[in-house]
Amino acid sequence: MSVNDTAAALPAATGGALPIGAVLPSSLPLRFSAAALPWFLAAGATALWPDADEWERTGEFASLLVVAAGLLALAAPLTAAIRPAPRSRLASAVTGLSAAVPWLIALALGVTGWEILTAKLGLLPRPFFVPPQALLEVYLDDWPRLLDCFAASLRLLVTGYAVGSMLGVVTGVAIGWSRAVGYWVHPVLRLIGPLPATAWLPIAFFAFPTSWSASVFLIALASGVPVTVLTWSGVAGVNSAYYDIARTLGASQRFLVLKVAVPAAMPHVFVGLFMGLGASFAVLVVAEMLGVKSGVGWYLQWAQGWAAYGNMYAALLVMALLCSGLVTLLFRVRDRLLAWQKGMLKW
Amino acid sequence: MVALENADTAGMTIDVQAVSHSFELHGSPLPVLDGVELRVEPGELVALLGPSGCGKSTLLRLVAGLEPPSRGGILADGRPIDGPDPSRVVVFQDPTLYPWRTVRDNVALGLEARGLLRSRGHRIDKALALVGLTGFEKAYPHQLSGGMAQRAALARALVNDPRLLILDEPLGKLDSLTRLAMQSELVELWRSKGFTGLLVTHDIEEALFMATRVIVFSGRPARIKADLSIDRPYPRHRGDPVLTELRHRILELLGLAETW
Repeated sequence: MSVNDTAAALPAATGGALPIGAVLPSSLPLRFSAAALPWFLAAGATALWPDADEWERTGEFASLLVVAAGLLALAAPLTAAIRPAPRSRLASAVTGLSAAVPWLIALALGVTGWEILTAKLGLLPRPFFVPPQALLEVYLDDWPRLLDCFAASLRLLVTGYAVGSMLGVVTGVAIGWSRAVGYWVHPVLRLIGPLPATAWLPIAFFAFPTSWSASVFLIALASGVPVTVLTWSGVAGVNSAYYDIARTLGASQRFLVLKVAVPAAMPHVFVGLFMGLGASFAVLVVAEMLGVKSGVGWYLQWAQGWAAYGNMYAALLVMALLCSGLVTLLFRVRDRLLAWQKGMLKW
Repeated sequence: MVALENADTAGMTIDVQAVSHSFELHGSPLPVLDGVELRVEPGELVALLGPSGCGKSTLLRLVAGLEPPSRGGILADGRPIDGPDPSRVVVFQDPTLYPWRTVRDNVALGLEARGLLRSRGHRIDKALALVGLTGFEKAYPHQLSGGMAQRAALARALVNDPRLLILDEPLGKLDSLTRLAMQSELVELWRSKGFTGLLVTHDIEEALFMATRVIVFSGRPARIKADLSIDRPYPRHRGDPVLTELRHRILELLGLAETW
């Protein structure tokens, strides 16, 4: 490796992504090796430095770190050997990985620090702080229960959110379209809308036959209100000339609603859908902590009861993945449905 | 130019009978049209000229059936107009293409709304060819220039084979070169298809270059001040001394003769 290669790697290493479709730079092996190194360091520290206390799964955690480091180290010669065609899927994956190198390095250093402060030196108060291998232990030993909770949370959230956003879109369009519906629903929405859905919790758990159906109601309420309001404002804001055009071309009322009002309001609807999704996460956790006897929220509560902090962190991570995964999914759906906005607005 | 098939696109007769119209403004009525009488024969291209805001566009909305007149009535081929109909299509000053639809889907709008997409879908490409937009079917409106967007709006109207084409300052927002080119294109379309045309414009030269008749309106509330027949053959020439003479007269009618 020459000094020039190192210099070439630097601008990209400051976090800038490589331009898509660019020919992969020759500095890639260097970048990947630089990322692999701290992971080897983390693995070495974990494996060779004896634990201050007895921790299970230290060996497994070290092996995991070695695997991560090995994969990064292998990525370098592999990309050099394969030379993926520019603009191919593989090339963009490699470019993405390369852009993530600063993060990978920081992550390895963070894990190393965490490992040393907890397992090796025991500097942080226990039982609140656990070493990374404690999380691994939870995932290896308690994965059936965690998976179960993950599935239960997902099912509850998706059911409530689907019901809430569908009713929200329908109600929003109805208020925006019909003066009579607006007259009756608007005041109700004004009164109830600002109330956090969790305030209904005591009533919901007592009014609904099961805590699960009560939670579906609460999540639907939390996500439905912003979707309703935003859909309504979207429909109300549609350029009236769009309706004039469609009417002179022979459009029916049904066509005006479904093919003019709804698509024109879609950008607003998606703002509501994002707000509703955020609100539904909060209600999900509260509902699971207080009533439903399954799900990640319940798991968190249960782990806290046993002072099993490792389990709590493990569950928090699962929760974070669930939420950010759903947000990402919604972004994908929006990008697909609102592709026509590209080039009109900055996203 | 490719002609749309269908021979029965003969123009429509429009009979505006003693139409007065007013809007509500801060609780009191604001009269915009006052006793307008106008008969448009099939195949005519009638330009409506008048000061800004005098109510010409309102008259077009009434003829389109988007609003009922406060007083009087309008007949289309002898039958009273009681709502919009695809035989009377409007092209507005803004192209108002739906931004979420491609050019092709925008042009398809009328056929889709009437459930004719399957039987008459093939005419979309012909309409696009007619306005010179072949190759832009998959473009979105925001990717078009102003002139192209207005051509797409024209194709969206023409695909329905209107018997009356209502043009509400259709070239008002275009740059002057595109505007001159599209004036000729519109005249050619009108001559080849035989529909009746109603054109609102602020541009005297445009009215004289395109129309068979020019109706000059007073300021608000609009009354008809003059009904001038432009008996010149097509294609017309902008330097035609007869048109220049007419232009002078219209400026006089509008009270702008001193600028001549």
